[in-house]
Formats: sequence, C-alpha cells, structure tokens
Amino acid sequence: MKEIIYKGSEPSLEYDVVIGLEVHVELSTKTKMYCGCKNIFGGRVNSNCCEICLGMPGTLPTVNKKAVEYAIKAGLAFDCTINKKTSFARKNYFYPDLPKSYQISQANFPLCVGGFVEILLDEGRKTKKISLRQIHMEEDAGKLIHDESLGLTLVDYNRAGVPLIEIVSMPELSSAQEVKAYLETIRNTLMCLGVSDCRMQEGSMRCDVNVSLKPKGSEILGTRCEIKNVGSFNGAVKAVECEINRQKDVLNAGGQIKQITMRWDESKNDNVIMREKESAVDYRYFEEPDLPILEIDEAEIEKIKKTIPELPNAKLARLMKDYGIVYADANLLVSNLDKCEMFESVAKLEKCAPNKVANWLLGDVSRILNEKNIELKDSKLNVRNFSEMLELIEEGKISNTAGKTVLEEIMENDITPLEVIEKNGLVQINDEEALKAIAAEVLSTNPQISELYDKGKTNILGFAVGQCMKLSKGQGNPVIFQKIVADLIKRG
Amino acid sequence: MKLNELAATKLMELLRNKECSALEIIEDTFREIERKEPEIEAFITLTKETAFENAKRIDEKIASGSELGSLAGIPIAVKDNICTKGVRTTAASKILENFVPTYNATVVEKLNAADAIMVGKANLDEFAMGSSCETSAFKKTKNPHNIEYVPGGSSGGSAAAVAANESVLALGSDTGGSVRLPASFCGVVGLRPTYGAISRYGLLPLASSFDQVGPLGRTVADVELLFNVISGRDPKDSTTVNFKTKNNSDFDVKNLKVGVPEEYFGNFIDEEVKKSVLKMIEFFKKSGAQIKKVNVPHMEYMLPIYSVVLTIEAASNLARYDGMCFGLRAKEFKDLEQMYANTREEGFGDEVKRRIILGTFLSSSESGSAYMQRAIAAKNELLKAHDELFKLCDILITPTGPTQAFRLGEICDPMKMYAMDLCTLAPSILGFPAIAVPCGKGQNNLPIGAQLIGQRYCEQLLFEAGKFFERNYL
Repeated sequence: MKEIIYKGSEPSLEYDVVIGLEVHVELSTKTKMYCGCKNIFGGRVNSNCCEICLGMPGTLPTVNKKAVEYAIKAGLAFDCTINKKTSFARKNYFYPDLPKSYQISQANFPLCVGGFVEILLDEGRKTKKISLRQIHMEEDAGKLIHDESLGLTLVDYNRAGVPLIEIVSMPELSSAQEVKAYLETIRNTLMCLGVSDCRMQEGSMRCDVNVSLKPKGSEILGTRCEIKNVGSFNGAVKAVECEINRQKDVLNAGGQIKQITMRWDESKNDNVIMREKESAVDYRYFEEPDLPILEIDEAEIEKIKKTIPELPNAKLARLMKDYGIVYADANLLVSNLDKCEMFESVAKLEKCAPNKVANWLLGDVSRILNEKNIELKDSKLNVRNFSEMLELIEEGKISNTAGKTVLEEIMENDITPLEVIEKNGLVQINDEEALKAIAAEVLSTNPQISELYDKGKTNILGFAVGQCMKLSKGQGNPVIFQKIVADLIKRG
Repeated sequence: MKLNELAATKLMELLRNKECSALEIIEDTFREIERKEPEIEAFITLTKETAFENAKRIDEKIASGSELGSLAGIPIAVKDNICTKGVRTTAASKILENFVPTYNATVVEKLNAADAIMVGKANLDEFAMGSSCETSAFKKTKNPHNIEYVPGGSSGGSAAAVAANESVLALGSDTGGSVRLPASFCGVVGLRPTYGAISRYGLLPLASSFDQVGPLGRTVADVELLFNVISGRDPKDSTTVNFKTKNNSDFDVKNLKVGVPEEYFGNFIDEEVKKSVLKMIEFFKKSGAQIKKVNVPHMEYMLPIYSVVLTIEAASNLARYDGMCFGLRAKEFKDLEQMYANTREEGFGDEVKRRIILGTFLSSSESGSAYMQRAIAAKNELLKAHDELFKLCDILITPTGPTQAFRLGEICDPMKMYAMDLCTLAPSILGFPAIAVPCGKGQNNLPIGAQLIGQRYCEQLLFEAGKFFERNYL
C-alpha cells in the first residue's frame, strides 16, 4: 500500500476514515506461554515468576501447547487458515517491563492467517466483514508501577510471559461505531470459545488503533497515526473519535498529517503523543533460534474444530428468531454467556413470554448484580427459583413490584420465591371487594383526583392506581385497581 | 603417581576397586591447582570447599556400598558461562561480575547426578567471544605448554585446566570452535557435539543457533565418557534431540572412508600444522582406511555466514544485560536511557560491543533482514554440499586451527582473530559433530590438533576413530 501525505488544500473536504486494529488478548491457560508459572491475575508482586519468565541468563523458552490450541481455536472461529508450520520470532526492544529485552512473538510464519470478523451494524440489520491479516501468539510483558511518594518506578513481573494472541485486522474499519462492534464481536467470540476472559479492566484485552483519513473515494491511503494500548471499549471509541477530529482539523487547516504514535489518556480524555516517526522503534525481528519450527497436523486442527460451540453472531440471530426478542436484548445476552444460558433455560420452560424473561434478566437482575458488583454465577439465582418467580407474576399471584422484592431475596439467600412471599406477605390481592375499599379510601382522601378527572385529565388515573398500590403495600393487583378506580370516579 | 594426572576412565577403575579414594583424587587435584594456578590462571572461581565435601560424600557412598554415578569422584572444571546454582557465573564479563545464578544448567545437574566433582569455574573470552581467552575481563589464561602463549579460546580456561592437570575433565562451550581450538592449542581432546545433542539450558547464550556445550579431556575415551553423561534430550531445551549415537562397536579402520578436503590445506594453514595433520592421515591410510581427496565448496562464505548469524543473535541475547533484573547496574545515570547506556558501556568489553553493534546493524530494518536471509540461504547450500560429501566418506580430517598457539598479545586485529576459526566453522554452521584430537607437536613445544568431522549423530564414529588413533599412533 502506498502512503502519500495529503495537504488538506481544500477545506471542508469530505473524508473516508480508514481504521486498522491490533487486538491483544490474554489467553486463559493455566500456565504461562514459555514457562510453567501460573497464569493468574493479581497475586503478591513478583511472586509468580521463575528464572525463565524473568529472562535469567541461560534460560530457554518452551512452548505452551494449550496456548497454541487456544490460538488455533480462535483462528478457526474467525475463519483463518491455520499454518501447518509456524515459527516464533524475536521482537527486540529495551523496556523495563521486558526482562529479556525481546518479546518472543511471531513474524514471518504466524499461526493463523487470513479470515475475517463479521460485525453487526444498524441494530443487526447490516453486517460487515472485516478481513484479518493474521492472528499470532506472543507473550505479555510485566507491569510498571509508578510510586509517586517514593518517586520510583517499580516493576511487577507476574504478568511477564502470560500468553497473548494478537489479532491483526486489515485497514477496513471506517468509524468509531464499527470499532466498537468489532471489539465486541471479538470479545464475545473469545469468551464463547472459553479461550480468554477478556476482562478489559484487568488488562486481558487491549488494542492498538491505526487511524488515517483520505479524500472521499480515493484509493490511496493517507498517513496513519497509531494509538497504543487502549484498555477499554469506550476508550477505543473515544480515542478514535478524537483522532478522526484531530486529523480532520489538521487537514482542513491546510496542514499535513505526520506519522505519530500516541496513547489514550483516560483522565485527559484525549490522545497523548508518545513519539514521532523519527524516533520509531526498530524491532529487528528475526526467527527465534531457541524454539524449533512448530508443526501442526491436520488431525489436531480437526479435533479442535469439533470443540467450537455456536458463535455469538449465529447465536444472536437464533435468539431473535426462536424467542422473538429484540436485537438490543439479544446483543446484550450474547455478550454474557451465563445470562444467555439462563435466558434460554428459563425461556424454554415457557412460564412467561421470552421477552419478559429477557427484561427481568437484563433489567432488574443485571441492576442488582451491578449494585453488588458480582457476576450472575456468584448470586443464588438459578433456573428453578427464577422461573418460579416469573410464574408467580404471570399467574397474578404477585405483582411486578413484589417480584422485585422476591428477586432481591432469592438472589441473595437460599430461599424460594414462595417463602419470600409468605415471609413478607407479598401475595397479590385480587379480591375486588377488598380492593374497592382501598380505592374508595384513596379517592376520599384525595378529592382532587375526581375533580381533575372531570376536567378531562384522564391520566390522573395512573396516579390514583399508584396511591392504591402504595396503600395496599404493593399487594393489590394493579390491573384490577385500574378498573375499580375508573368505575368509582365515573359513578361519581 | 599423582591421581590428578590420570585419565577419568582409569580413576573410575581405581575408585571402584578402592585403590584410591575420592578425597585423595581431589587432594591431588587441588595441590596441583595451588601450585600452578598463579601462573596458568585457568579459573575465575574455585569451589574447593564444596569439592572436598563432595569427595567425602562420595567416599561415604563407596563405603556404604551405594551405587555410584558414572563420573563418581572425577574432578571437572566448568566453563564460567554455564550456570551453577549458588556459584558465581560471570561469563568473564564485568557486567556479570557478581551474578550468582539461582539454578543449575541441565549439564551441571547431570554432572551432579553422576557424582562428578566440580573444582571451579574456568576462564573464557568474555561471553565466549574470542579465540585466545584474552578478552576475559578478569585474567589471561596461559598455555600450560608454554606460558608465553595463549591457550586458545574461548574455552581457554577449560582446556588449560585439563592440560595442566588442574582438572581431569572440563566442560566448555563451542559456538564457532571454542572447544576445539583451545583443545588443539593445549594438546587435549575436545568435542563439539551434533547441534541438539547436549542441552543448552543454563548456558549463557552467544549465538543460540550455534552454541553447544562440549566436553574436554586428555583422552578420547574420557571425552566419550563425559559426553555420554551430559547428552540427551532435555524438556527445558526445545532444540535438543533424542538420539542414540550410532553404535560403532564393530569399528574396523579398514572400512573407514576418510575425506581430505583440499580447501583445508591451503596457504592459510601453517606448514607444521599441515605436516602434522597429513601425517595423521597417512597413519589412517597405512592402517587400511580409504583416503579420498574431496572438495568443500563455498569455503569463502563460512566466515560471512557465521558472522551475520552470530552477531545478530548475540546482539539480541546480550540485550538483557541492561541493569534491570540482574548483573551490573551503572551507579551514575539521569534517566532510564542513560542507565541502559552507562551500564552497557561500563559492563561490556570492546569485542562484545563490537559484535553487538554489528549485529544490531545487520538486523536493522534498514538492512531489510537481507543479511540474515542470505546467510540462511548460503547455509542451506553448504548443507547440501556437505550431505553430498558425506556420501563419499565417513569422516573428514582437517586441521583444527590454522596455526599453533600464538603469543599473548600477538593478534590484535579482530579480523585476524576471527580467521582462527576458519577450520572449525563448518561443523558449527551445519550442526555437525567434530572432535579435536592432538596429533603432534611443533615449534616451541606447542601441540597441534587435528579435527575429525562427522555427520550429524555420528559422535560414536568420531570416538572410535579417535581412540584407534590414540592407541596406535606413535
């Protein structure tokens, strides 16, 4: 691809945005990429390293077979070609978090080549295939800890040597929204494969973004700028937006884009320049002499292929088709395997309409989980108590409001929905006479309701029902209340 | 009779027959070390205390009738670029002057398991970069045959220790000839094994594609004994291979086809060396071997191929000495960049810097990785040519070094120093085994070594031919 420098001679020219991504994902293998140390997040500083991942003189790497298997699995999920012969290469650079002063990566013969990531756009009505250049294996580096009080930078090597895959796209993305969809698809897919937990907050998924602009319709790519090490989806979206705007401004002002490397600064909400082209790092790649060429046989690939489950895009389409739920819900469900599984299991019991299951799961259940900062599997919610609760609502035994109370309880304690209802007296009152008495009291203590209604403000009924529900401590059936209140007012 | 002067094979026999004790062996050895070391300076670190402890432990084993390892009680010098847990390992560099490894190299583990007794860590050229042992940051080892001369390098300390009877066996490492050349200069036997025969785990790397640990001893049988202990597949080194060296117990010299490559006897070879090696070939001929004149094409590419791969890999292998995790850290620096620069400036010697700079240049993207690719292409041509060659003969006999040992300080031009490796480069580049065997003496009482080169995995044939020569050559 030829690069030319645009002189934005025509202000307010329309531009095509060209974005390419390198996504780094930590694999969730038990051990590190080239040694036997445990691959776990956290732990006491520098407690989880050995001679090999510390790069002690004379040590040698050995390849983690499981990591190769995981990488192949990812490659197959994205339709890559798996190279039967793959080799490792050294990427040489000095940095304190890199004990060997080179990273063992792959260069000329990566494990997976080609393939694509299919992203859903426009509420799933449109799809776009983003081609991949390759997926290769490498190792993570340690972590720098800047201690302001000591005025020192310290290094934690626990993460050094953790297996990574780098998914390299072709420059085929054209907006921040596409970037977001692309990252979501990758995350959902890898989580679905069980090869990574993709926890951005723990740094197990990060990306480098390359952005360039070219005059609309032009075939020739503009000068690209790179934003390194973006650690969140929102960060990626914002970094891309900022960079597009910056480049537009430069071009529109008649300037030219210089090749620079930046990093996304969350606190500044902007990209910060790391280095200009003149100081670009030369990684001096060459084949890793300590690791022989890795040969992967067809049978192995076939075996791995069989372990690939239904992938997120297919799952999303199926959820919409089989359960009639909307795109937004289906999309949320496929991004969380546990919730998705819970949804399907409960929906299949047909206690209520699938969209109600989804609403509860993505609404109140998710809210409660967020409040407690836990995952679904960490709560006491299961297919049985959740479906029982939904059934009780559906049968009119409890109200939606009471349902929320029940949900809080069954997610927290070993208690059945029925027990919660009994304990808290949440049984819904459907008895018309009893409800009529409550409604009459509400109307007599709030005479303005009838007056306003007579003046044509019929929506005051909603307020009246609310008051009835309050007085009945949430136990009254709101549908019956609605009917009774309307009758009483009309009768005058 | 001094026990330290005997061959390992003989000592094993005496020890098993209880005609001597491990302690006596080690006492004799250290007596010799203390007598000669001030002059020879073969060792960077001596491990006398643990050596005596180990000797006593082995004697207890003998007394209690427990099974003995196959090198029980045998003194061995270990080149100081091989990691020894708890014992300083310097690579003869200031940058690792105080580096104490937390682990043992696989070969050291194997020595321990075989009940060998390490007497010390032998001097070498800094990071094994040199052919005379003179680039060591700490001391200059002398040739025991004439102390005005170098012992050869880079495993100069190992070869000198064995030659001076300061040890019975030694471990060296051979990248471009670093076991064979000093063996030749010091009149001992040294083997570069097939690439992958011996684990590199724990060997401080120079050029990973070429580095191999190699055994040294005063007889071929001793080298064979040590090779059998330390060779074999190591799960910690993915480049090791599991092979049984071809059994040649039915060795008959009359079936041996010896190739004599013309290119190894050109003008760059010293006349006395040439004469001596040709006499060895003559001996094999008289003994009934078939002698064939052969040609090795592309000799002029050996040094370029070697230099390109070596410097590129070395620059990368030595990048970790940056003052961060281990080794020297410069005291004065303003920022990270300066810490790296000052540490490496202070810690590395000139030869090391020269090779790092060259390797960094040769692998830079400006050179478009063209050098490495062309070196590998040329290597593949060499390999093809040698595979053809070995269809005609079983072994090649050549000189080991182009000259005998030279005087300390005599060679200052790096290019002239690199030329010392000309005869030893082919096996290094191709991963073939080669053994240096003493075949005579020249002027100033200095030894001359011949090199026997075999095909991959044919160590045993080299041993048999070497032993036949030792037994029958006068």
